[in-house]
Amino acid sequence: MSTTVRRLLYLGIFALYLLHNDLWLWHDSSLVLGLPVGLVYHIGFCFAAIALMALLVNYAWPTEFDEEEQTP
Amino acid sequence: MTTTIIFVYLGMVLSIGLLSNRLFRGTGEDYFVASRSIGPFLLLMSLFGTNMTAFAILGASGEAYHSGIGVFALMPSGSALIIPVIFFFIGTRVWALGKKHDFLTQVQYFRQRWESDGFGLLLFIVMIALLIPYLLIGVMGGGLTLAQVTKGEIPQWAGGLLVCLVVLTYVSFGGMRGTAWANAFQTMVFMVLGGIAFFVIVDKLGGLDNAMAQVAAKHSNLLIRGDHISPIKMLTYTCMPLSVGMFPHLFTHWLTAKSARTFRWPLMFYPLCIAVVWLPSVLLGIFGHLDFPGLKGPAANSVLVKMIDMHAPGVLAGLLAAGVFAAIMSSLDSQVLSISNMFTQDIVRHYRKDSELSEKDQVLWGRLFVFFIFAVAYGLSLVSARSIFTLAVWSFTGFASLFPIIVAALFWRRSSKVGAFASVITVAVLWSYFFFQGWKVPGYTVGMTGVMPVAVILTASAAAMVIGSLMSKPPKETTLEKFF
Repeated sequence: MSTTVRRLLYLGIFALYLLHNDLWLWHDSSLVLGLPVGLVYHIGFCFAAIALMALLVNYAWPTEFDEEEQTP
Repeated sequence: MTTTIIFVYLGMVLSIGLLSNRLFRGTGEDYFVASRSIGPFLLLMSLFGTNMTAFAILGASGEAYHSGIGVFALMPSGSALIIPVIFFFIGTRVWALGKKHDFLTQVQYFRQRWESDGFGLLLFIVMIALLIPYLLIGVMGGGLTLAQVTKGEIPQWAGGLLVCLVVLTYVSFGGMRGTAWANAFQTMVFMVLGGIAFFVIVDKLGGLDNAMAQVAAKHSNLLIRGDHISPIKMLTYTCMPLSVGMFPHLFTHWLTAKSARTFRWPLMFYPLCIAVVWLPSVLLGIFGHLDFPGLKGPAANSVLVKMIDMHAPGVLAGLLAAGVFAAIMSSLDSQVLSISNMFTQDIVRHYRKDSELSEKDQVLWGRLFVFFIFAVAYGLSLVSARSIFTLAVWSFTGFASLFPIIVAALFWRRSSKVGAFASVITVAVLWSYFFFQGWKVPGYTVGMTGVMPVAVILTASAAAMVIGSLMSKPPKETTLEKFF
């Protein structure tokens, strides 16, 4: 995998961390899909975390540790 | 009925733990880290189960009762990102080093990394001191739940004793393999039962839309974060999940992985597991206002038990109690085993002068320490009157503040034992200061500004590591070659 992709994914972690602080929904009590929008946002955040982890696993995996398992 | 269900459940957990004993290989490595043979699914379930305590079921609903939906943003959602990231950057590296150098404990690694016996001993003492309150959460939480669900028929002391005896038995016989199997079973139990409790209660409340409309009409402030949680508190609270990087029981679970690739499942599915467990708890806590308005302080922690008692007594109450027990025991077992591992490896084996401790003796010492730790934890639970959830927050604060140590050890060649000593001492001093300042103040933050104490201690700890390291000699090149 390329170093650029790896760095972009690391940047994605930081971006997602910033997005955790959804100040714009702090006082919004409207309902989306039957749930408060502030709650729906953070459920979506959990799914975004799943997606990011899947990308890290597939495109930024530390392959050097896979070699370690070959040693007895 | 309730009591019968609980005893049937405990019997099942015991059987699973004891069954694992058939695969026991009789070595210290097998007893403490299951011969590094755990696969992806078991690793996911045991890591998640170990990290979820009674707080995720009872505490979350109690907190949501007071603070509304913001609890989900404050606790599980941040953890859904930060914890898998720690597994990715730290867990995989720890596994590789453990495999290469046969490490069984954190202290073994830090001792060699910074060429210091003294540092290992200091860290051992600090970590045991921080882990004991965490152990008490399990023992006290089990007793409280049983007393509530059976309406006092089974007193708190008996519930705590029951939890201790069951976990003591399967940990002693099954070691880490029994713990991982029992953890996986119990994690699935509390995830499924939490979901069942949610659907049954929401149905009795007239469905999700109806319940939500009632809350919106009467308690609309629970549907926003508003003044319940300040933005600065939410930002600094994200330091809390860093504790995962220094928990001895999670460190030990990392070492059990069969390969580095085993971490892929836990990485991807951990956020899903968190959402599945916390979402029903938070929503039920909010809906609790419809049936039980006006609960004050810690009384809200029992709102879930009260709702089940009102809407679905009998079988569901028994199943919920089983779910809470599952959450409690799946943490307690790993914590006790990791402390027993630390005493055996870092004290008995390390300081033994005459000869190397045999594999058989390691297992024997391990079992003796498991018994001893349960006896101490149970004794302390009888005389402790502290709020169990406040205990959790302070324990997490301490471990999260030690996070710079593992980061420096793994990623910073120049870090030295002086920096590591400075970091731990800083944590010990500042943690004690904030603990005595904030112990009796509900929702304490630094100067009541919204800043969590963990953010201040963590910053100071990182600064102490950097300054101490730069002002002292780096480790020897031969040592660095071992680890980088």
